[in-house]
Amino acid sequence: MEYPSKLIEDAVNQIAKLPGIGKKTALRLVLHLIKDKSENTYALTDALVKLRGNIKFCSSCHNISDHDVCSICLSQRRDRSVICVVEDSKDVMAIENTAQFVGLYHVLGGVISPMNGIGPSELKIDSLVTRISAAQNEVKEIILALSPTMEGDTTAFYINRRIKDFTVKVSVIARGVPVGGDLEYADEITLGRSIAGRTLFQ
Amino acid sequence: MYLQKLQLLNFKNYEEIALDFASKVNVLVGRNGSGKTNLLDAIYYLSFTKSAFATSDLHCVRKGESFLMVKAAFKKNNTVFEVSSAIQSGQKKVFREGGNEYQKLSDHIGRFPVIMIAPDDVDIIKEGSEARRRFFDSAISQLDKEYLNHLIVYNNALKQRNSLLKMFADSGRPDWLAIESYDRLLVQHGEAIYTRRKRFCDEYLPVFRKYFNFLVNEAETSTLAYESGVLTNGFQEQLVRNRQRDLVMQRTNFGVHRDDYIFSLGEGDLKRLGSQGQQKSFVIALKLAQFEILEQHNQFKPILLLDDIFDKLDDQRITKLLELIRSDLGQLFITDARPGRTKDLLDAVGVEATVLFVDAGRISVGH
Ligand SMILES: Nc1ncnc2c1ncn2[C@@H]1O[C@H](COP(=O)(O)OP(=O)(O)O)[C@@H](O)[C@H]1O
Ligand SMILES: [Mg+2]
Ligand SMILES: [Zn+2]
Repeated sequence: MEYPSKLIEDAVNQIAKLPGIGKKTALRLVLHLIKDKSENTYALTDALVKLRGNIKFCSSCHNISDHDVCSICLSQRRDRSVICVVEDSKDVMAIENTAQFVGLYHVLGGVISPMNGIGPSELKIDSLVTRISAAQNEVKEIILALSPTMEGDTTAFYINRRIKDFTVKVSVIARGVPVGGDLEYADEITLGRSIAGRTLFQ
Repeated sequence: MYLQKLQLLNFKNYEEIALDFASKVNVLVGRNGSGKTNLLDAIYYLSFTKSAFATSDLHCVRKGESFLMVKAAFKKNNTVFEVSSAIQSGQKKVFREGGNEYQKLSDHIGRFPVIMIAPDDVDIIKEGSEARRRFFDSAISQLDKEYLNHLIVYNNALKQRNSLLKMFADSGRPDWLAIESYDRLLVQHGEAIYTRRKRFCDEYLPVFRKYFNFLVNEAETSTLAYESGVLTNGFQEQLVRNRQRDLVMQRTNFGVHRDDYIFSLGEGDLKRLGSQGQQKSFVIALKLAQFEILEQHNQFKPILLLDDIFDKLDDQRITKLLELIRSDLGQLFITDARPGRTKDLLDAVGVEATVLFVDAGRISVGH
């Protein structure tokens, strides 16, 4: 595609790098931005710059956080004996939306997939082991809420073996979650039920 | 089962065509490069959700275009099934039956079975073990969905395990537990694959022999033997025993992905000792046996695609093949670059055929 301006071309190319956005959509967004009030564009870039500069990850659970330790980990009302292991922060948000779970989380940052360059050491698995160990028997249950794919299953198997020497119960969420679907897309009721109906990991 | 209608848009050298086919014999005549094989490939694509030749889906898209569409009406037990697919650069391939998009492409495999007999089939004999595994895997997958699913998981686990081995070879710090996480999948699915391959070969061998003997008129015993290290040696133990070697070579040295099928004639190995003619008969018998097994299993005949078959065979084998066609092989598509030849051969044995003339991506119906 030929663009009338190098400035537009650069902006389109940057926006089109985002997942799910092609060049056509990017162009539409760019044309919208230059038609819109300039304050809006500056507010957007400002928010993005602040986001990248200040975003933190909780040092305990690795969830996105504004502080060193996230509000969930800090909360006195959460049940510290249960940790729900998830792939991403968006899974935490999905589960929080169900309002069915009062324990803590552990965000792995993905699932094991060596083909994509992700081995166990690229994930926060060591950190989970250290966390359970440091809590000295306070943790009674680990819930594995990973996607029902080969990669998710392999990660679950691996984690289960890594923590088998602790006296924790390991369970997996029930698969009411649509096949191959991200937790993100499971509706709140299904997701709530699948946490409530979790089963012992085999 | 047969293919009633076919519509192509930007498939290889076809810009836009819509065709009706005879439920029995269709002959495609046209010069080399006119698009005969491409048409067979379009039919193959609609059955297997991918081209028999192109390494990437986008290679099927007509040069200079950004998308393709293929659409077919298959008739099976008096019901018409509409199958369609679209490929567009930068987008996920879409495959539909009756307007419903498949969640997994593998769910389509085997529903509208097609068998292609093509000049380069002798590669099954001449090439390495991969070509033979590919042939048998495709044959078994068409009749057993579970087998295909085992194969998909196994191959995926194998790729992951090999990537892991590379990773650990680079870092020098192998995490054996991570390797074991894949061993478990390889063992579980590999044993299922082994069992199914073995069962298939037991069922397949007598049918294959029948066709081979029919084609060559000689009493030499032809054999195909499934060879796998898996059960005799214990899969799990071998994976553990081979770990260091796997790490050095950065790939998995043991498993059903190393299986082979050994073809022989009399006392000799077919690859080295068989004549050209014997080898050709062997591969045609492989395909005809596949046809019969699929038919027995489905209770209907697969569609048979015969690409330039009369170019490659001597008179005796052509006569034999015509005998089979006369006794009914269901719907056939036969390509031939020589005008008249195939039609004359079929006329001579009293088989009615519809002739389609292919000319640079255009097709007209003749008589
Ligand atoms: N993606 C494509 N776009 C346009 N032409 C193609 C494409 N793929 C193959 N072809 C053309 O198709 C022709 C080969 O057609 P083919 O069906 O093999 O001929 P034949 O009638 O000899 O079997 C070649 O000329 C090749 O350039
Ligand atoms: Mg050809
Ligand atoms: Zn936290």
